[in-house]
Amino acid sequence: MIGNPFNAVVPILCVVLAALAVMAAEAFRARDEEMALGGLGIVGLVGAAVSTVLLWNGGATSFGVIVADNFGLFVTMTLVVVGILTVMFSSVVVRRDALPAGEYYALVLFAVAGMIMMATANDLLVIFIALEILSLAVYVLTGIRRDDPRATEAAFKYFLLGAFSSAFFLYGIAFTYGLSGSTRLDQIGAFLAAQSMSGNPLILVAVGLLLVGFAFKISAVPFHMWTPDTYEGAPAVVTGFMSTGVKAAAFAAFTRVFLSAFEPFSVDWAPAIWVMAVATMILGTVVGVAQTNVKRMLAYSSIAHGGYLLVGLIAANQVGKAAILFYLLAYAVTNVAAFGVIALLGARDAANDELRDFSGLWHSRPALAALMTVCLLSLGGLPPTAGFIGKWYIFSAAVSSGYYGLAIIGVLTSVVSVFFYLRVVVMMYMSDRDPALAPPAPVGGVGMAALVVSIVVIFYLGVLPARVLDLAAASIATIF
Amino acid sequence: MLLTLSWLVPLAGALLLLLVGNADGRRDAMIRWIALGVSLATFVVTLGVWVGFDASSADFQFVERYPWIPQFGIDYFVGIDGISLLLVVLTGFLTPIALLSSWGSIERKVKEFSIFILALEAAMIGVFISLDLFLFYVFWDAMLIPMYFLIGIWGYDRRVYAAIKFMLYTMAGSVLMLVAILGLAYLHSAATGSYTFDLLKLYSLDVAPQTQMWFFLAFTIAFAIKVPLFPFHTWLPDAHVQAPTAGSVILAGVLLKMGTYGLLRFSFPLFPQAAAYFAPWLALLAVIGIIYGALVAMVQPDMKKLVAYSSVSHLGFVVLGICAMNTQGMQGAVYQMLAHGVSTGGLFLMVGMLSDRRHTRLIADFGGLKAVMPRFTAAFLIMTLASIGLPGLNGFVGEFLIMLGAFRWAPAFAIAAGLGVILSAVYMLWMFQRVFYGPVTHDANAALPDLQPREWAGVLPLCAMALVMGVFPTLFLKPMEVSVDALVSRMQATQTLRVENPVDRRSEIDTRTATVTERAARQ
Repeated sequence: MIGNPFNAVVPILCVVLAALAVMAAEAFRARDEEMALGGLGIVGLVGAAVSTVLLWNGGATSFGVIVADNFGLFVTMTLVVVGILTVMFSSVVVRRDALPAGEYYALVLFAVAGMIMMATANDLLVIFIALEILSLAVYVLTGIRRDDPRATEAAFKYFLLGAFSSAFFLYGIAFTYGLSGSTRLDQIGAFLAAQSMSGNPLILVAVGLLLVGFAFKISAVPFHMWTPDTYEGAPAVVTGFMSTGVKAAAFAAFTRVFLSAFEPFSVDWAPAIWVMAVATMILGTVVGVAQTNVKRMLAYSSIAHGGYLLVGLIAANQVGKAAILFYLLAYAVTNVAAFGVIALLGARDAANDELRDFSGLWHSRPALAALMTVCLLSLGGLPPTAGFIGKWYIFSAAVSSGYYGLAIIGVLTSVVSVFFYLRVVVMMYMSDRDPALAPPAPVGGVGMAALVVSIVVIFYLGVLPARVLDLAAASIATIF
Repeated sequence: MLLTLSWLVPLAGALLLLLVGNADGRRDAMIRWIALGVSLATFVVTLGVWVGFDASSADFQFVERYPWIPQFGIDYFVGIDGISLLLVVLTGFLTPIALLSSWGSIERKVKEFSIFILALEAAMIGVFISLDLFLFYVFWDAMLIPMYFLIGIWGYDRRVYAAIKFMLYTMAGSVLMLVAILGLAYLHSAATGSYTFDLLKLYSLDVAPQTQMWFFLAFTIAFAIKVPLFPFHTWLPDAHVQAPTAGSVILAGVLLKMGTYGLLRFSFPLFPQAAAYFAPWLALLAVIGIIYGALVAMVQPDMKKLVAYSSVSHLGFVVLGICAMNTQGMQGAVYQMLAHGVSTGGLFLMVGMLSDRRHTRLIADFGGLKAVMPRFTAAFLIMTLASIGLPGLNGFVGEFLIMLGAFRWAPAFAIAAGLGVILSAVYMLWMFQRVFYGPVTHDANAALPDLQPREWAGVLPLCAMALVMGVFPTLFLKPMEVSVDALVSRMQATQTLRVENPVDRRSEIDTRTATVTERAARQ
């Protein structure tokens, strides 16, 4: 098995096989039969996790375009965790909202497969294909509630702008190919380093176009326009999935392309990303303050988190690269759980995602309120949670590269963000429940289990981060 | 082991309470006793630390050190010296009293209340014992969460506003400190090749004067907000007035000291040159705070707000003492921190008792209570006089030493601060007169019950402590003496050393440093 050219794609295959199995099972399902399709997905994801662990430190490559280096594997693991949590939350939502189970789980799994592919791809065209695989699945997931006009609108918007950004991305690939004669990242990097083409207008166009493509996917300002509407319109559990999974995959590819292939031009692109990061952090938090819908608020918050991740990218040092990995994991777990709480509070005919829907939650669902509070504190970056360590790691990267300004803007915006996270806490703990509202529905066992798992991870990463920090640091040692 | 226990015991107690099922408040009584027991056990542990403390050594004692995040040189590193020792004991002393005070006033969600108080105690003790900047920051920020809930859930009418204001103000300051902490660690790695957050190693790091300025400001603003130093004090009246009694007692008694402690432990010794440069400005703000706080306190119609503003004034003294950077000033500052914890904690406690009885805290709603509640009046008088700084009570020693230190450093500041002492007598005694003397003006006050046994249990230790600290100050000065001396001589040595170093460009900073050091040398 060692040296087998298929080794590096095993995690992707596991997930794809699970997706196919789900589709096959769906075909044999009687109309009202209950089937544990989510369970099949979990099996596939666990398989991916196991193969990821086995591939660790192996440095396997498949056909030169998929590389299972530790960087990709770390992100793969993050994506698998996101996938498992999403499937667990979905099992509650799919039954409650009577979503088409087979299609739903298959799409989630295909999306995860695309994300893993994107995180491990070493070729611009493969990154593009992965991007399309995950995007198509997520477009459909966004609009999976066909009877909901908001969801349909969200899916349509997302699709149009997504297609637009894909075109940018593809155009950027074309320019890069035209310049360097290859789409393989390692070859592009070697070619560009040898030519010293800094300042060449063509390369700037290529880098710029790719940057726009990535910026759309990670919803960096000013390419974030689709995000609030899409995140608000999609079912909460899908929002949780795409605000973490898509972002993690896109960031992995972003980091790989810009810090390996385009590293020699960092003087050219760093100022652009600097502006982007500052704008993203500020806009995400400032506009977030004005929201009254929790889902929309978290949409802006996830825009802001993209800005923090960009800070790690600009710092472009060893600390920064590892910090991106750690932050992605911490953010992903926290955000999936936060959207999970919103999803669990929803009902078939009401999203229950306005701020006032959270009023007095402490009295009716104390455990749910406490778990949501932990997620919000982690998003706000308060110790002893994962979010604190993540922010600390990112900002120490910025400071050690001399970007004090970025670090100061970052910490100040995170204080502002605490304000709107606290608004939810205030609603849950310090307001009485609006008597006009229906009492929140009881929460199923699987959903609760997913929440508890997330909280354990959040505290583990927040209190004893040394082990995972080690892994993150080891991950970047292999490629950059 | 003892130091770790001192914060683990309350934390474990909080987690234990989390497991106690308490639907509909069936087990409220049991939970109250458990919480009280845990906090008393913590107090015993802190007393154990005091007993085992060697007052003749300036080194950190009870040191424990385990690697925590080795990649960044972050250790679980705790230890105390004479400065932090008594603050830890103060925390252990005040928490049971705060818990006791809640027995009569907190009827709702007793379990959660007790959990938050115990978690708060754990974080506060953690702040005082941390010798690793990262660990310190974790405790410092984590402390906000329980306090936020305490104010926001169990506070008075405008509790939500006060809670959010408290949280955001404090965070805004502390995140800038975080950047400075990261900057320090980075400078250390640039100088030696390895990251560290170890305070003792960072003490000996040579930071360029210009950088010192920025870092000093970042640290000091964080602490100044906490103290609170004028003009960063606006969160305090809101938080104090809206917080439940137990919250106010802890807020005034311990939390504010975290700011002045931070100045003593971090801002000043880490950046001695910047400290010398900024000390006169800080002292100016402190003096403004002393007088401003006193004047505003004088016109407050609300007793709780009056005591809150008096804290601004009293804490101004502490900052002034620290800025003097001589033995008297610094000793006085630490002593005043302890004294203020006892006397203002006591005042908040007793104002809370009045508020529980009458559901108002307006001075105008009282009058003539002396005839109705003679024992309460006596206890309140002791606390009032202690707060004014009457000789023989705790407030005197600290203020006296601070004035002495300030006078040796900059007589003008001492004279201005002296005005504050007079004003404090005015506003405190005037309030006392309006509340307790004269005829009973409101019928509702005619039958107020005097101190209950449970209330005695809170008031008596505080009164006793006020007396002991006033009469036997050496008991408390002795443990801190060597540590304060070491701190003062270390800071003066660094300042002199850097001025004499010809390699340093004699910038404006250095000349200012020189004047301060010369002034210190002349004494």
